[in-house]
Amino acid sequence: MSTVSTAFEDSAIMLRRNVKHTLRNPTTVFNAVLFPIVIMLMFVKVFGGAFSVGEHYIDYATPGLLVMAVSYGLGATATAVNDDMTKGIINRFKTMDVSRGAMLTGHVVVTTVRCLVACAAIIGVAFAMGFDPAASALDWLGVLGLFVLLAVGASWLTVAMGLAAKTAESAGLATVPLIMLPFLSSAFVPADTMGAGVKQFAEYQPFTPIIETLRGLLAGHPSGGDAIAALAWCLGFAVLGYVWALSTFKKRA
Amino acid sequence: MTSSAIAVSGLRKAYGDKVVLDGIDFDVAAGSVFSMLGPNGAGKTTTVNVLTTLLTADAGTVHVAGHDVATATKDVRAAIGVTGQFAAVDDLLTGRENLQLMADLKRLRSGDQTVTRLLERFDLVESADKMASTYSGGMRRKLDLAMTLVGNPQIIFLDEPTTGLDPRSRRTMWGIVRELVADGTTIFLTTQYLEEADQLADRIAVLNQGRLVAQGTADELKRQLPGTHVRLRFADPFELGEAARVFTDSTADEEELTLRVPSDGQSRSLRALLDRLDEHTLNAQEFSVHTPDLDDVFLALTENTGKDTSKDKEAIAR
Repeated sequence: MSTVSTAFEDSAIMLRRNVKHTLRNPTTVFNAVLFPIVIMLMFVKVFGGAFSVGEHYIDYATPGLLVMAVSYGLGATATAVNDDMTKGIINRFKTMDVSRGAMLTGHVVVTTVRCLVACAAIIGVAFAMGFDPAASALDWLGVLGLFVLLAVGASWLTVAMGLAAKTAESAGLATVPLIMLPFLSSAFVPADTMGAGVKQFAEYQPFTPIIETLRGLLAGHPSGGDAIAALAWCLGFAVLGYVWALSTFKKRA
Repeated sequence: MTSSAIAVSGLRKAYGDKVVLDGIDFDVAAGSVFSMLGPNGAGKTTTVNVLTTLLTADAGTVHVAGHDVATATKDVRAAIGVTGQFAAVDDLLTGRENLQLMADLKRLRSGDQTVTRLLERFDLVESADKMASTYSGGMRRKLDLAMTLVGNPQIIFLDEPTTGLDPRSRRTMWGIVRELVADGTTIFLTTQYLEEADQLADRIAVLNQGRLVAQGTADELKRQLPGTHVRLRFADPFELGEAARVFTDSTADEEELTLRVPSDGQSRSLRALLDRLDEHTLNAQEFSVHTPDLDDVFLALTENTGKDTSKDKEAIAR
């Protein structure tokens, strides 16, 4: 068996383990899938009526909610990664002939899958509430691609945070900024309606171009500038997270 | 090098200024049980970690199953099974799933059968489908060891496998170790329990402050100490003095009011000794036969340096 296929199989085995973990931990499922929907209902049904965004609020808010669905799923991953490192099971894997990165890859894939489930749930509920995108099949493909890229990038970053944290509690806490960032972006209201300072922050923080790209794709008129910035941020997350995770893993492993 | 299951020479490991292993050498014959004995902080776990590829040594060579741990890490990992000091089980998986995970990672073809066999062997069938988080300490240990045995590794490392187990579980564990050896597995075992080493090990090495202070069979180690003796305690110094005159080869301890008389411990010589006490109308308030056991060896060998030898021996005699 070649090294690559061994590593692939090891990752698949670890993924199965992580899927079982997710399904057995109701808090994880709630945070990752139900909570974004709760936020969605709150914004669309409670606050949305008061916001004037120049289009149906559900159409405006859905891209931001998709990003939110990614960030809410991350806390559980950071905690799980940290648990693996601190609870002894890691030493068992390390003394076995198991490819080094398989454990981390398993976490990244399960997080991405969890995000995709949350994403599907958000879009499903959005349609139920009258979401009316103008996206072509190609645009939808773009949405999916960017979403997966964001989920993978954010997952690697989260895995790194989980590895770097001393305890599971602080690992969970480390992802809080990722949960807060969408609120300070154009997710729920346009950035130019915000106060000075917050507005500039919202314009230049990573989630805004990502949300704007998703929004453009869903509305059927993607914007190139945002897309480049969005791709750059997602790739940046992935590379930074990957390098950081691997170096921390080696140090602790 | 390749004839022994484990060959270690000149192994050193330090964390910053703190020297944990200060050049240790030992050899473990294939199919034998080797026990490393030592107090807390002696460096036992560090040794296990180096031997099981978790840590790299600062100096020295380590061969496990004929492979150099520094260069042929993968081959070493494929040959060993490790049960660390803390149960390395996955709490969110059931006992069966934990074992299945190991079988999958080792790509066993008949994984299901292996898992079922191990569950039966470790008496875990009833709780096989409960999550490991609900297991008691003893069950977790058993599951942990069962996971180590998946795929029948040639060499098994057990780092204090019975610490925290009740006496019955400890005996079960010993039984399992004996079965493994009978099947030809090599066992490297660390323990703080001398009885455990005495019961299981073919060879014992005593580690103290990063150095091996003794190596040999349990009997060889015991022989290093003064032999069997009878210990008599008297009511007052006068009687002790009288008794010391009667038994010329004895040694008296004025503080404790005890007299140590060398003896083979057999009933006939004991009777003769008691008769002599009677003849001189001496009465010992306490009477005990003392055979050196591994506890004595352990205490003697791991006694902190700085005391002179005679004092050490006195400490052993008590």
